[in-house]
Formats: sequence, C-alpha cells, structure tokens
Amino acid sequence: MATSMFFEFLLDSLPKLLDGLQVTFLLTIVAILAGFLIGVTLALGRIYGNKIISGICIGFIEVIRGTPLLVQLFIIYFGLASIGLVFSPIQAALFGLSLNSSAYQAEYLRGSIQAIPSGQMVAARTLGMTKIQSIGTIVLPQALRISIPAWSNELIYLFKYTSIAYLIQVRELTAEGQIIASRNFRYVEIYLIIALIYLIFTFIISEIVDRAEKRFHVPGLGVPKRASWLRNT
Amino acid sequence: MPMLDVKNIHKSFETTEVLKGISFSMEKEETKVIIGTSGTGKSTLLRCLNQLDPPDEGEVWLDGEELTNPSIDINRIRQKIGFVFQDFNLFNHLTALRNVSIGLEKVKQLNKEKARERAMDELKRVGLEKQINQYPAQLSGGQKQRVGIARALAMDPDIILFDEPTSALDPELIGDVLDVMKSLYGKVAMLIVTHEMGFARNVADEIIFMEGGVIVEKGPPKQMFQSPTKQRTKEFLGRIATLYGAE
Repeated sequence: MATSMFFEFLLDSLPKLLDGLQVTFLLTIVAILAGFLIGVTLALGRIYGNKIISGICIGFIEVIRGTPLLVQLFIIYFGLASIGLVFSPIQAALFGLSLNSSAYQAEYLRGSIQAIPSGQMVAARTLGMTKIQSIGTIVLPQALRISIPAWSNELIYLFKYTSIAYLIQVRELTAEGQIIASRNFRYVEIYLIIALIYLIFTFIISEIVDRAEKRFHVPGLGVPKRASWLRNT
Repeated sequence: MPMLDVKNIHKSFETTEVLKGISFSMEKEETKVIIGTSGTGKSTLLRCLNQLDPPDEGEVWLDGEELTNPSIDINRIRQKIGFVFQDFNLFNHLTALRNVSIGLEKVKQLNKEKARERAMDELKRVGLEKQINQYPAQLSGGQKQRVGIARALAMDPDIILFDEPTSALDPELIGDVLDVMKSLYGKVAMLIVTHEMGFARNVADEIIFMEGGVIVEKGPPKQMFQSPTKQRTKEFLGRIATLYGAE
C-alpha cells in the first residue's frame, strides 16, 4: 500500500523535520528582527544622514543587494574563518541572514519614508519638535504602516531563503530533509513533505501579517487591503 | 518694543530673489493681513519668520529675542509661533485629538492626561468636540483646517501665522474657518496671508500689500480699500474685486 507506506515514512521523518523547522524559525525570527533594526537605521541614515553617513548606508545596501546570499554566507562562514574569525554554522547564518535582510528592509522602508508628504515633517517642526522627534513620532509611524505589505513579502522570502543556510551545514528544515533522503533515497517524498511544510507556514505567516496590517490600519493611510483567503472582507 | 519685529528680510531661491527687503512689526494680539498676487513671496515670508526657510539677510525678533541668530534654540521659539497651512498638514496617522495633543506631550512635556484635556478644550473652541476621535481622512476640509488651528492654539503661541488657510477649501466650508479665526481676534496675534478680502476688511488691524518681493503699501483696511495711495494697490484691489466680487 503506497499510501500507508507514505504516511509511515512521514511519521518517521517528522520528528527530525520538526527539529529542523525550529532552526528555520529561529533563523527567520532573528534575521527579520535584527534586519529590521539595522534596516531602520540604514534607511534613516540614507535619507537623513549627511553625505558621509548616507554614502556608507548606500554602499552597504548596494553591496548586500548586489551579491548572492549564498556568497555572503560563504564569506562569513569560510572566508572570515580563514582570517581567524570563526563562527559556528548557526552563528554565521544568523549573522548573514540578518545583514542580508537589513538591506532589503532598509530599501522598503526608504520608499515608504519618501512617500510621506514633506508637509508632515514641516508641521512637526513648526510645533517645535526636533528633527529626531519629528521622525520618531510623525514620519516613522506612518512609514512603517505603509511598509507592512512589502515587509510581509520580506518575511516570507526570508522564511524560505533560510534553506540556503543548509549549504553552510546549518541543520534547518531543508538540511534535515536532505539527511533523511540521503539515507533512503526517497527524494521525491521528502521534498514534497518539506515543500508542504514551507507552504503551510508561509500561508500562516501571511495571514498573521494581514491581520497586523488591519490592526494598525489608519483611515486614509496606505493602500486598501487585498481580500484575505480566509475571510470574505 | 514691538512683539514681532521684522527687519529687512531678503530671501533667494537659486538665482531668484523672492523677498527683497521686507520690514514690518506687530504688537501683541494684533491682527495683520498680507494680500498680494500669487508668487509675490507671501508664503516665503511666513516661512522666513519661523525659520523654516531661514532668510539670507535681515533679522526677525520675537519678544526681544533674535530668531535669525543661528545659535538660538529654534525649537523653543517655534512653540511660540503657531502655523496654519494651506493644505492643513494634519498628522495623518493620528486622530483629531492626538493631532492637537502630540505637541503638548512631545514639546511642552505635558503628561498624557493634561495634554488630552487641553486638546479637548481647543477642539471644543473650534467646534469639533464630536470629531475628536476621527482621523484626518475622515474629516471635511473645513474640519481639517479647524483641527489645524486648534493644534496651533494648544501650544499657547504669541502669534499664529496663517498661510492661505481657506484657499484649499470648498466655498461653503470657508465660512466656518473664518468664523473661528474671527473669534481669535484680540486673543492672539495673527498674521494672515489670504485672498478673502471681506475677511481682511472686517477683521484686520492692518493690511499689508505685497508685490514682487516688497511691501508696496500698508495701512488700516478702511484706508487701503477706499483710498490706497499707490497705483499698484489700486490695480490689485480692482482685479480682486472683479474676481471675488466687490463687497
């Protein structure tokens, strides 16, 4: 019976896959949050910094966006080790994914900040707010709201791209699947299972972000919501 | 000593000189209206006063302090100069109430409760007690502008600068805003750039006519409207009368 064999295989593989999934989640969550903090800093530095700061931010963003994630991970894991900076696989992956995501998040946020009418900043300054207060209380809260759709894309990309960490020996979801498959050669089944796991969680993530977007929605700010698959709104 | 003293302000953008030596002064609680054709530097003048666009030359004094002095803490001074914009510039992510209270919290360091109370009072004053929890996008133009005025008032300014406050409004909404402005007469100094000649005539202590970056003529409304001394002023008022209907 092919079906029962498949389920037996699924049940046998699942504990390992779930271990891997935990690592995938760890990579995703750390990278999105650290990437967010660095990304906000980069975006603000790029827009509001003086020539030098702005130049550094642009340079960093362009280098990160202009090179493959895999190459970045190899440089951090193998390259830096050769000059004495040794990271464990998981450390290298966390570091690389965070930096990589920060460049993309910085660019999404830059677009949003630049979409905020200049009158908002002017009005804040007119009240007597400092530039930093104006950015923090008036510009950023609006920019972050309109970044949520792009940000949710980044989160979903990132969740899937963590699989690349498998190539620097991180035992995340894809790596665990690879290990199982290399033992019993059931590549098709295992990769279908893995694909399904990614799909399920991608769907869940996009629903969560969708709700967050609704929760933070302010009339007149940002684009109208797309209809959710789960709710008829 | 006048409350606001503007001395020989010059301002250029690129190679165009927009303001070519503007001087005037204002007393406490005085209301002055600046009139003139578009592009004569009226808005630029207002932005020069609170240093949004620092003038290239000349001095601005408020309450005995020189605002054009680069070492002054301009953020402290700006609290004393309210600004009401043509296109409102309400904070889009905040309710009407928060629009008014945010400056009190962040700049005047009032606690949330006090700031809220004060904001409520100001919104009542402009007739918007029912709209406090609405966002700018949910308000009409006239309501938005009244929130803008309440936002400026809440900071207890010495003077409020109005930059064409009714120019972006539908005609039937202009009245509400002008009524609010009238109610402020004698309570706070107002410097108003507007094309509302009826309002200028009825409310202003003095009319300032600007053209080509200079003040052509200034005087009490009666004199300016009935017997202007300069030919340019006559021509302008004649054109305005045909445009907006004589009053």
